[in-house]
Amino acid sequence: MKSSAYANLQRKIITVTLLVSFAPLIILGVTMYYQVALMCKDKTEEHIKYRARAQAQAIDLFLKERTAILSAMADTHSFNDMIDEKNLSRVFEVMNLRAGAFVDLGVIDSAGQHLAYVGPYDLSGLNYYQESWFGEVMSKGVYISDVYMGFRQLPHFIIAVRCWEGQRSWILRATIDPNIFGAIVLSAQIGKTGDAYLVNKAGIYQTHPRFSGKILTEFNLDTKMFRGGTTVIEARGSLGNRLLYAGSWSNNNKWLLVISQEPAEYMRRLFALRNTEIAIIIFGIFAIIMTTIFTTRLAVNHLRDSDAKMNELNAQLIQSDKLAALGKMATGVAHEINNPLNIIIQKTGWMEDLLAEEEFQNSENYGEYKKSIEKIEYHVERARKVVHNMLGYARKMEPHLEDVDLNRTINRTIDMLENYARDNNIDIQTDLSPDIPIIASDEAQLQQVFMNLISNSIDAIGKDGLIQVKSYRIKENITVSITDDGPGIPRDQQKKVFDPFFTTKQTGKGTGLGLWICYSIIEKLGGSLSFRSKVGEGTTFTISIPLIVPEKK
Amino acid sequence: MEFFNVLVVDDEEDFVETLVNRLNKRKVPATGVLSGEEAIELMKEREFDVVILDVKMPGGMDGIETLREIKKVQPLAEVLLLTGHASVETSIEGMKLGAFDYVLKPIKLEDLFPKLAEAFERKDAHDSKIRGAKIKKLLRYW
Repeated sequence: MKSSAYANLQRKIITVTLLVSFAPLIILGVTMYYQVALMCKDKTEEHIKYRARAQAQAIDLFLKERTAILSAMADTHSFNDMIDEKNLSRVFEVMNLRAGAFVDLGVIDSAGQHLAYVGPYDLSGLNYYQESWFGEVMSKGVYISDVYMGFRQLPHFIIAVRCWEGQRSWILRATIDPNIFGAIVLSAQIGKTGDAYLVNKAGIYQTHPRFSGKILTEFNLDTKMFRGGTTVIEARGSLGNRLLYAGSWSNNNKWLLVISQEPAEYMRRLFALRNTEIAIIIFGIFAIIMTTIFTTRLAVNHLRDSDAKMNELNAQLIQSDKLAALGKMATGVAHEINNPLNIIIQKTGWMEDLLAEEEFQNSENYGEYKKSIEKIEYHVERARKVVHNMLGYARKMEPHLEDVDLNRTINRTIDMLENYARDNNIDIQTDLSPDIPIIASDEAQLQQVFMNLISNSIDAIGKDGLIQVKSYRIKENITVSITDDGPGIPRDQQKKVFDPFFTTKQTGKGTGLGLWICYSIIEKLGGSLSFRSKVGEGTTFTISIPLIVPEKK
Repeated sequence: MEFFNVLVVDDEEDFVETLVNRLNKRKVPATGVLSGEEAIELMKEREFDVVILDVKMPGGMDGIETLREIKKVQPLAEVLLLTGHASVETSIEGMKLGAFDYVLKPIKLEDLFPKLAEAFERKDAHDSKIRGAKIKKLLRYW
């Protein structure tokens, strides 16, 4: 596998793991947040709903009290008493003493004529017959008006009660202090952003809201959105911000008490929870990422290592299989070639025999014949040598086991090649470990291997260079390495170096059998032959043979 | 050196014919046959000093079988095995069965001839020993 494939694999594993671990974490976080948010909202809604209902009841109570005291005064005094302004002002004083919030008090007869008045405005003498509330009070008996400007050009509302005295009816009418009433309503507001106000059915403010709008201006929502009893809705306020509205009807469903509240204010704790949650999730994600990357890297590296080992093993296996097959084929071919060569040799011999006879010696082409025959013999000899080399290792099918001092064998081989190396100005250095024991092996074959490898190194260097021969022991193996500082073996040729007949030397100079024979010999001795090469740096051939030769096949 | 009888056994007709010609030209009486069976038949009729025997012959008797038969028919005839490389092991087995030596193909007559001579010398030595032994035996009974 290429390294990009490993990177790809690593990326895939990491992506999948992260997705799988992030998804539940994030889903859990979001779900929890929304559940808590829902709970918070419910709680806030419940709270303002309760406040709205309580305040609406308080307003009802306020109105009922004022109406009751007004009715009581009307019932306990006669019309004639009341139109006396002295008496009326006494009644007014008592009313303010017991209940308060009355601004003025007036008596109106059934024709709408304002007969008596106590209060800060000069309203006596006015006729209310045309006013809508007059009709209402005359027909219903009790009337509480919406807030209006009236003659005095100030927002206010009135409570009027009708009283029967025999056949005659009259009206006692009082104005409620808008400030006191407004204060009662405003006391329902909550927190910094909360607001409380009254709105009538038509959507006109009956009290001063704290933030949005003014008294007697229009409410920004449709009052029809608030159904009977107490309703909570969420809508945009007049300033464009989202608000929670709780509305509760009072005053016989004529007035709507509204409490508004920014949800954010109550949700501060929720936001704190959200921040904590986000922090935990971020920390979790970070931890997961680190762990995933770390473990995946570890696993992929492990995989890469074992793959590399596997590949190396496979390569070795393929190499030895290939060489075994090639060897079988080569020896088969060689054997088949031997027979024709044998016949050719006999035939040329026969021709030579015949040429030696006297009559042929006189032939003018005698010399040419003789030369041709010699050439044929020369080339048969060449072919014979190739076959011989190829089968050379096979001549001794089984290694001849004897006591071998490996270091001595190496030194002897180097002695033989010393002159050849010196001629090419190549230095052969040895670093032979003294703790290599005498082993049971085939000295002649080992020598052939060393000879081949070292002379290959010399040929590879050409001129001027260094060859290092080392021997050392690793556990139950003896290793001999031969390193040259030659040009190295190009990558594309590395797979072929052990193949029979593979050579880079000029035609006729090398058969391409040397390394193949070395490989076969070492394999037969139970060892292994490998090499490492880098173009421009040199090549190292490493022979590894077992310290105790394994049993013969 | 006395002249000796040679039998060449090989499935390659060209080889047999040429080798026989060349030996004859050197005043060595030689006969050629192309199979083990022929060789045995012939040896039942005539005596040979040295047999050149190809180890690997396709079909019929192979070299080793032929060698066994030869040793039954003429125990004293020396057998020189002729082999390609791949059959060296067979040749070694042949040596155990009493072959004189083995030579590798391809071989020049110049190299083959000394071997033949050696083989004959050994055969001759054996013969003399046996002759001597026979004489002694005769003398003893006498």
